[in-house]
Amino acid sequence: MLEPLSEPFMQRALAEVILLGLAGGALGCWVVFYGFSYAAESLAHSIFPGLVLAAIAGVPLLLGAAPAIVLAAAAIALVARIAGVGRDAAVAVVVTTMFGLGALLALSPSSPPGIESLLFGDVFGVTDGDLAAAAVLAVLVAVALRLLYGRLLVAGFDRGTARSLGVSPAVADAALLVLLGAGIVVAVQGLGNLLVVAVFVGPAAAARRLSERMLPMMLLAAGLAALAGVAGLYLSYYAGTAGGASVASAIVAIYLVSLLLGQLRGSSLPRAGVTIG
Amino acid sequence: MPAAALIEAEGLAAGYGGAPAISEVEFALQAGQTLALLGPNGGGKTTLLRALLGELRPLAGRLAVAARCGSVPQTERSRLDYPVSALDVATMGSLSALPWWRRPGRREREAAASALARVGLGELAGETFGRLSGGQRQRVLIARALVQDAGVLLLDEPFSGLDRPSADGLEALIGDLAGEGRGVVLATHDLEQARACDLVLCINKRQVACGAPARVLDDLGVLEATYGGAIVEIPGGGRAILPPHHHHH
Repeated sequence: MLEPLSEPFMQRALAEVILLGLAGGALGCWVVFYGFSYAAESLAHSIFPGLVLAAIAGVPLLLGAAPAIVLAAAAIALVARIAGVGRDAAVAVVVTTMFGLGALLALSPSSPPGIESLLFGDVFGVTDGDLAAAAVLAVLVAVALRLLYGRLLVAGFDRGTARSLGVSPAVADAALLVLLGAGIVVAVQGLGNLLVVAVFVGPAAAARRLSERMLPMMLLAAGLAALAGVAGLYLSYYAGTAGGASVASAIVAIYLVSLLLGQLRGSSLPRAGVTIG
Repeated sequence: MPAAALIEAEGLAAGYGGAPAISEVEFALQAGQTLALLGPNGGGKTTLLRALLGELRPLAGRLAVAARCGSVPQTERSRLDYPVSALDVATMGSLSALPWWRRPGRREREAAASALARVGLGELAGETFGRLSGGQRQRVLIARALVQDAGVLLLDEPFSGLDRPSADGLEALIGDLAGEGRGVVLATHDLEQARACDLVLCINKRQVACGAPARVLDDLGVLEATYGGAIVEIPGGGRAILPPHHHHH
């Protein structure tokens, strides 16, 4: 069990997945309750051209991903304003355009080899800069969620009444999407463009089956995500499977176990609209 | 000369841009009074409640609200699968008095706990909101408005979906809260609940009538203008409203 820990590349990878897991798990609880899972998936895919350009230029991926996600968010907001185009359709149009652009760039002769690591992640190749970014993300998410907790709770509970309680649902949405965007941009290095959404949705969905209060749910999701990261890396080390995919598989496995445990406890909350008693 | 009213509306019109959704609204609510808001779906009850909350600016006329309004929505609008306790929900009422970076602390939670005790739910403070009965959830939302220190309670269909005992208990609680000097505005479809209030305001795009229940509710013309349909006497007492014209699709 301890042998992989002596490898420097493994130490870095473990530190990366634990930091990303803590941030992604806690943030993911809000992503799930605000119905932003599709937004998370879409934002992740739409940064693909930024990643490819960064790889071609040989600069850190963060420098390509950050402008790309801002561009995608602005484009979605603009397209959604065109009469007759719903928000759903706007997201789909922008995401496929951006992802297609990324694929075009990736398949051009000038793109360097190893472009698939952008899609599936290169958790064993994280740099000091990546680790620093993950640490900053974890601190940012922890501080922001602590400050915004009460207001996020109100806006997620009942949007219609939030304003009369002194909370703007639009500001709560925006704050959450900014955090989510930052999380995706930082996590994409380790988990890849296609799999990064797993860390934001899977552990939170699992924790939701097992907890009926927000704070314990966030702590549980953060712990489960970090655990899945470590388990995935061990799987990858011993079975020789791809790092990002192994972490994503571990997250799915934890979700399935949580479903079973939730069934055994028989205590999952009623769905909205169902009245008890 | 009576004391200044909690709410005073004169020739009020409000809406969402374009033609006003409600107009000619004129009433005054004094401290301790309850007002029933009667009208068909889409007749403007919710629009009036939102105007009272300050979420809609008057398009015409005057609206003076002298007390903080606490909103008590239908609990089906909130999420029953949400991971919060009754105490968590009641505590939400403290946020508007806190700067944005501050989380509710012990003082706020104590205020929430005593508000829950006030509405008769002291024992259930730790229960998950979604597991409470409809009447209990309605009480939690009233407690949240009390934590907000609301001088006026705005209740949207508070009795819908409640069984008789729960509805009676809730009606008694609302009466007690009004007795403490609060104003109460409740949107309802139930003519008998409306009869128990001090004032009845009938609205269907524009105000049809406002006054004492006996005067308003016994006037068949008022009810027909409000609901746009025929009122029929049910043999053995009571009345029912027939919808105007039924379109077949």
